[in-house]
Amino acid sequence: MNLGLMLDAVAVLPSGIALTLTLTVLSLTAGFLLSVPLAFVRAFGRPAFSGAALAYTYVVRGTPMLVQLFLIYYGLGQIEAVRASIFWVVLRDPFWCALLAFSLNSAAHTTEILCRGLQSVPKGVIEAAASLGLKRFQTARLVTFPIAFRISLPAYGNEVVGMIKGSSLASTVTLLEITGMARQMVSTTFAPYEIFIVAGAIYLLLTSIAVKATQFLERRLSTDRRPAERARSRWRPPLPGRGITTPLS
Amino acid sequence: MGGFTAQFAAALTVTVSLGLISGCLGTAVGLFLAISKGTARHPRLANMVTAYTTIVRGVPELLIILLIYFGGTTLASRLAGRYVEVNAFTAGVISLSVVFSGYATEVFRGAIAAVPAGQTEAAKALGLSAWQRWLLIIGPQMLRLALPAYGNLWISLFKDTALVSIVGLTDIMRVAYVGAGSLRAPLTFYLAASALYLSLTTLTLLSIRMAERRYPALGR
Repeated sequence: MNLGLMLDAVAVLPSGIALTLTLTVLSLTAGFLLSVPLAFVRAFGRPAFSGAALAYTYVVRGTPMLVQLFLIYYGLGQIEAVRASIFWVVLRDPFWCALLAFSLNSAAHTTEILCRGLQSVPKGVIEAAASLGLKRFQTARLVTFPIAFRISLPAYGNEVVGMIKGSSLASTVTLLEITGMARQMVSTTFAPYEIFIVAGAIYLLLTSIAVKATQFLERRLSTDRRPAERARSRWRPPLPGRGITTPLS
Repeated sequence: MGGFTAQFAAALTVTVSLGLISGCLGTAVGLFLAISKGTARHPRLANMVTAYTTIVRGVPELLIILLIYFGGTTLASRLAGRYVEVNAFTAGVISLSVVFSGYATEVFRGAIAAVPAGQTEAAKALGLSAWQRWLLIIGPQMLRLALPAYGNLWISLFKDTALVSIVGLTDIMRVAYVGAGSLRAPLTFYLAASALYLSLTTLTLLSIRMAERRYPALGR
């Protein structure tokens, strides 16, 4: 163990955090936006559409993200039409390729997570919303989705952690995020332990923060406490009326 | 593509054996850690197990593989006094076992906690020894409870084997990479690799489903 090298790594590696976080946050956001409609289709859509959504999530979740990343980064260039199109400017760039691969991957995982949440929303609540005269979109926006999101939150927390860890694959397509920086440092200093251990510690810090944040959000959104306590929570999704109690989990 | 079929077949064997060996080792370590955490008399031992699972589950698999491959080479060279290279397969088995055991410990621990306390108490009341309690009462019930989550671990494991190609193991991913480079047909080769991985995960999924039907959780 060379402490001096570890200190060097502590000084250098944090500059990769920005790229790791950018990749993680952007792909989680894109994945989430894609997955919400997909999850509704997968949970409540007609069999053909639901099957198509399942096929997408099944294939993406059944193959390694590394293969997906290489398919997009190296594979798409083989098609002449892609190289001739305007998308080539984007698909030539490793950052956008990584972002695309991570987003599609995250969308598939999040779709399955949200779908399970949507399916466990009690039927009675949806019927109650319909009987109150809410339109189908209003029911989805105000009733079904908020309840499903709350149910899915623990599983979604795992997806966030998975994405932080998965973003390390970006180092394989020359991006210099935390792992990329670490690999570069190792190739010049030949001191794998010191540097990879520091990189691991940084990842551990990031994933621990993500876990804590999810737990905090879970507590904020939980409905098992008294209304007075819940009123103090700022991030509660707007449910119509506070008297609705649903048997969750 | 023709010449690569044999290479893909050999690579499939490498990937499958890497997955199977690391999965079995990881299961053994995971079971051991979960049971020692459950029966630990000293809180320090339980805390150490928690620290292990937290670290393993909070660090990217790729980084663990890189650390064990490059770090292992440095360590072995230092110990031997000359340059010794740790084989990529060994490094892969060690790192994937570490990852698998970290997750498996948590799965088994949760399943052990889900076995009603009355079962252990009844076993004690019947005069069964600790070995008999674990083997005959808690073990069978715990394994059935753990099965769905445990199956997911195997699926992740087979996907994680692709990462070992980065340190040079000639698995499916590596053959696809080499083939894509030499024939200038990356799309074809990576699609072939995806198909192979997808059939592997499908096979795993089907076996887990069969096991779940054969051994459903008791009393639910």
